[in-house]
Amino acid sequence: MIQVRGLTRSFDSVEAVRGVDIDVAKGEIVGFVGPNGAGKTTTLRMLTTLLRPTSGTATVAGHDLFADPAGVRRRIGYVAQGGTVGPFSEVGEELVLQARLYGLIRADARDRVTRLLAELDLTGVDKRLAGSLSGGQKRRVDIAMGLLHRPELLFLDEPTTGLDPQSRTNLWGHVRRLREEAGMTVFLTTHYLEEADALCDRILIIDQGRIVASGTPAELKAAHHAGTLDEVFLSVTGHELREGAAA
Amino acid sequence: MTALAALTGYYLRASFKSKFAVVFGAVQPVFYLVIFGPLFSRSGVGSWDTLVPGLLIQLGLMSSGLVGFGIVFDQRFGVLERLRVTPARRSTLLFGRVLKDSLVLLIQAMVIIALGYALGLHARLTGVLLGLLLLTVLSVGMAALSYAAALTIRQELFAPLMSTLVIPLMLLSGALLPMSLAPAWLDVVSRFTPFRYAVEALRALFAGSYASPTVLWGVLVTLVFVGVGFTIGTKVFQRENT
Repeated sequence: MIQVRGLTRSFDSVEAVRGVDIDVAKGEIVGFVGPNGAGKTTTLRMLTTLLRPTSGTATVAGHDLFADPAGVRRRIGYVAQGGTVGPFSEVGEELVLQARLYGLIRADARDRVTRLLAELDLTGVDKRLAGSLSGGQKRRVDIAMGLLHRPELLFLDEPTTGLDPQSRTNLWGHVRRLREEAGMTVFLTTHYLEEADALCDRILIIDQGRIVASGTPAELKAAHHAGTLDEVFLSVTGHELREGAAA
Repeated sequence: MTALAALTGYYLRASFKSKFAVVFGAVQPVFYLVIFGPLFSRSGVGSWDTLVPGLLIQLGLMSSGLVGFGIVFDQRFGVLERLRVTPARRSTLLFGRVLKDSLVLLIQAMVIIALGYALGLHARLTGVLLGLLLLTVLSVGMAALSYAAALTIRQELFAPLMSTLVIPLMLLSGALLPMSLAPAWLDVVSRFTPFRYAVEALRALFAGSYASPTVLWGVLVTLVFVGVGFTIGTKVFQRENT
């Protein structure tokens, strides 16, 4: 679903991503783990056509990132870290607009929005302003934005940051369901290691713009003689992933 | 096409939710019309047929020039990024907004013209309709540039910078007092601003001389302005990190 070789991105003279290789198979839930500033979001924005890579090659959802960004956009969903809706916007209207930008006619868009809200336990929020929703509800609305066109591949940037533990576990359930029921491939970033452990089939650890370790949680723990992913992280990077350890 | 219709419809609904904002956009030219107009029409400089076209250009500058303010919030809340990841073309994302802005401007312009007629405007309807067309085209360029500026300069600077910039541009266009009164140096400076040509073309259209060189120049300059404005706007929308 994703094949990336030697992807780099520099901002002025600073190399934010320094030659990343990524392979993700269909139906996998892959966690992209690293501290703030490691290059997670930069990589994600490149893979979703929002940021042009400085060098490298990438095929995303069967389309070349450089030659056919529009083809990539049609097949992927992307949920950015900072949210998708202004506080004074009506949730349903925003979702219908988004669905129509993916090519649905108005009636189909409405229908799709209603069903999707139900699937995400958000029935009835369509008439509400985004600013009035709880953190967990708002995050699920953001995720709905990325699912309207039934993408094969969903990118989630820090989907659970700022959520309380209960909303987080709830969100994990929704992500698992997407894979089980729709066969969706999910690529998500997180700085919670126990989230990566609980939710992901496979983990890529990124630090200072490079992938420093990858494997299933069990493989990583075994290879580093570690009981938890926190210990793995410390072992491969030489420092702790602070937020992950605290959570 | 679905995308453009969806976007324009969405933005129009959003605009008309706040009817106050639509009305408020036209309030300044209305003041000029009602309070300055009676003085102007008795000053011997020109009639209502001179003033109203000028006020329409003022409206275009004020109303379309400041539309970029709205996109600042879209950028802050991630709305822009969300739209940019869909297959809709980036130029469509811009055009959907701009089309809404032009329609809002058109409504505001019609209010001013109607008021103008009530106060003493004599222009023929054909000239007025052609003038509205020219104004709409001009506003497309203005709005596109406004969005480009809003996405380029620092957020907190946009509103003060644009509202300050609009004043000299408006005065230099001869919108309030025709540039035929200007001393040579001011006349020369004025010729470097695109809106002067639009004002003069609009006055010519209101006066009924549709095929005059003034109209031709106004149309040409406006078309170039729109071309440049929309190209810059699309470039900025396509740019990374917006």
